[in-house]
Amino acid sequence: MTELTIVQAINRGLAEAMRADPDVLVLGEDVGVNGGVFRATEGLHKEFGADRVIDTPLSETGIVGAAIGMALYGLKPIAEIQFVDFIYPAFDQIVSELAKFRYRSGGQYPCHVVIRSPYGGGIKGGLYHSQSPEAYFAHTSGLKVVIPSTPADAKALLTTAIHDPDPVLFLEPKRIYRAVSGEVPDGELRVPFGVARTAREGADVTLLAYGAMIPTCLQAAETLAASGVQAEVLDLRTLVPLDEAAVLASVEKTGRAVIVHEAPRFCGFGAELAAILAEKAFFSLKAPVQRVTGYDTPFPYALENMYLPNAERIVHAARATLAAG
Amino acid sequence: MAEASEVAQPGGSDGPADLPKAELPKLYRAMVLARVVDERCLTLQRQGRIGFYVPLQGQEAAQVGSAWALDPEDWIFPAYRELAVALVRGVPVKLLLDQFIGNSGDVLKGRQMPNHYGYREFRFVTASSPVGTQISQAVGAAMAARWKGEEIVTVTYFGDGTTSSNDFHAGLNFAGVFKAPTIFFCQNNQWAISLPRERQTHSETLAIKATAYGFPGVVVDGTDVHAVFAAVRAARARALAGEGPTLIEAQVYRLGPHSTSDDPRRYRTDAELAKWKEKDPIARLKHELLTASVWTEEEDATLWETTRKEVVAAFESAEATPPVDPLTMFDDVFAERPAGLELQRASFAELLKDGGLKP
Ligand SMILES: Cc1ncc(C[n+]2csc(CCOP(=O)(O)OP(=O)(O)O)c2C)c(N)n1
Ligand SMILES: [Mg+2]
Repeated sequence: MTELTIVQAINRGLAEAMRADPDVLVLGEDVGVNGGVFRATEGLHKEFGADRVIDTPLSETGIVGAAIGMALYGLKPIAEIQFVDFIYPAFDQIVSELAKFRYRSGGQYPCHVVIRSPYGGGIKGGLYHSQSPEAYFAHTSGLKVVIPSTPADAKALLTTAIHDPDPVLFLEPKRIYRAVSGEVPDGELRVPFGVARTAREGADVTLLAYGAMIPTCLQAAETLAASGVQAEVLDLRTLVPLDEAAVLASVEKTGRAVIVHEAPRFCGFGAELAAILAEKAFFSLKAPVQRVTGYDTPFPYALENMYLPNAERIVHAARATLAAG
Repeated sequence: MAEASEVAQPGGSDGPADLPKAELPKLYRAMVLARVVDERCLTLQRQGRIGFYVPLQGQEAAQVGSAWALDPEDWIFPAYRELAVALVRGVPVKLLLDQFIGNSGDVLKGRQMPNHYGYREFRFVTASSPVGTQISQAVGAAMAARWKGEEIVTVTYFGDGTTSSNDFHAGLNFAGVFKAPTIFFCQNNQWAISLPRERQTHSETLAIKATAYGFPGVVVDGTDVHAVFAAVRAARARALAGEGPTLIEAQVYRLGPHSTSDDPRRYRTDAELAKWKEKDPIARLKHELLTASVWTEEEDATLWETTRKEVVAAFESAEATPPVDPLTMFDDVFAERPAGLELQRASFAELLKDGGLKP
């Protein structure tokens, strides 16, 4: 066990995977000599050299397209998109190509590319260094979407992603890159995709969340506990594949659900969760499902702390579910 | 004498291709003002009084020289490093500082990170962060201006790294095909964060890329205001004569970090920096002015001092400007707020009243 931050855990995960398998390589903007703008690839260039830690020209479509080609040829590329806000020049390569290669070739060309990218607000990044676009990608069949919230999960889920046979978008909660640290097991450890984590147990209301919203939900749960309300916090970990069974089991137990994400509400990932609850847990619900999300506006700069879901808003929503019955 | 924080305006399109000697001190003042704002903002960021900053040191001559060669009617499509261009356009320092703080004086209503400003009034289009997106837009605006029969050009600014972006290629191709009256002004500051120019593209120059799209590309020394001014003047004349676009590669050096989040010592040497510091465009122009006897050391000392004072005062005034009204967060998403957003705004207003939200 070693005490690491999330970004250090990711760095470890990358280094260990590269040591274990010469086919694993990293490519992206400023990932080599500079060690990544968030230092996630720190030290890799030195250890593995410029052929396996590739500083690319400034082109996201080039990065993802080249990664696809490498994967088709049998390597295991890990592409970094510096901020997920800059992923759109590669949207075509991701949505039309990466996600569909296996299917469109009748299974001949699987495409195991991992795309890592920091996402989310809370660093005063304004419109283009703060977004949470997970729903666009979760909506794309053929692509897995993973979002860790702890250092141990960051490393273990990344390791799973690197060995997964399918393309994975690995979104890193940059707001808690360094704010959260914890014990991380040494050596290779994998967490299977599609298994949610109960971050806190409780019987009264379920808080469904992922990524940087987990610490915020835990904070809300503390506040609720002070007034005798036991909130369960379920960390989804992987949006695709989704651990539907865990979502349903928790909400069937508590009868109340508050869904929390930073992304705007309309057609956000919470809409999918709410639909699943409406379809499959309707008779267990004691109150309407609540969503605490970003507002349906672009991500603002000066007002970011008012835009982002906070513990007060979550507590407020949880109380609303309790008041309803 | 005009205040140092107001930049004297360029002469207009009927001016000569050479900068008249008498005009040079005005360009110098603009460059000094940009440098002073820049130095101040780096300090303010370290003090936590602004959140972030993108410096332009080393690129003042390229920016002032190019902007000086334009007409006020010309449209500018900038990236995020074009502070001196904005100053030459006439954007007041206080207004820029309001944007850096994101207060109620900010035309953008506090929505964007520092440096991502834009002012319709000054024909300076609001910037975004994704690199290169402005390039094809500048081409479209140029096509529109010509279609409307208006005698203007559009100028788009971007960096060496941005020549790898999708829109660089799309924009240049469109401009070539449609003979758009556009000037592509590339500030090759040798680095795209940590990637050196020679690893960005295997092309011998950036300017040469224009050849493939069927129009001229020229390289200029971007530390020389004269060279930059003349190149932009020529490109502008060409565009207005219906001969189409020009790509200008101004060779400069980013003397500072990429942004306040960057540490250039991780990827470049002090020796390289020292070499380029010798070509500091401000020192270069000052030397020329002194040699031509249109400027004195005393005038120079006074200029720096008064400019510093004025910038400090402008920042104090920006800092005293009230914060942005939180409810404006829900404005401008659409021309009119849809019902769902109206409801979100109402619940937000409730939370504000209850004290459940803090800035
Ligand atoms: C599409 C996109 N990808 C990545 C980034 C992150 N980024 C910001 S500036 C920059 C380098 C830009 O270099 P250059 O075009 O040379 O301009 P300079 O910053 O040197 O002025 C990068 C990679 C971005 N803003 N947009
Ligand atoms: Mg550059």
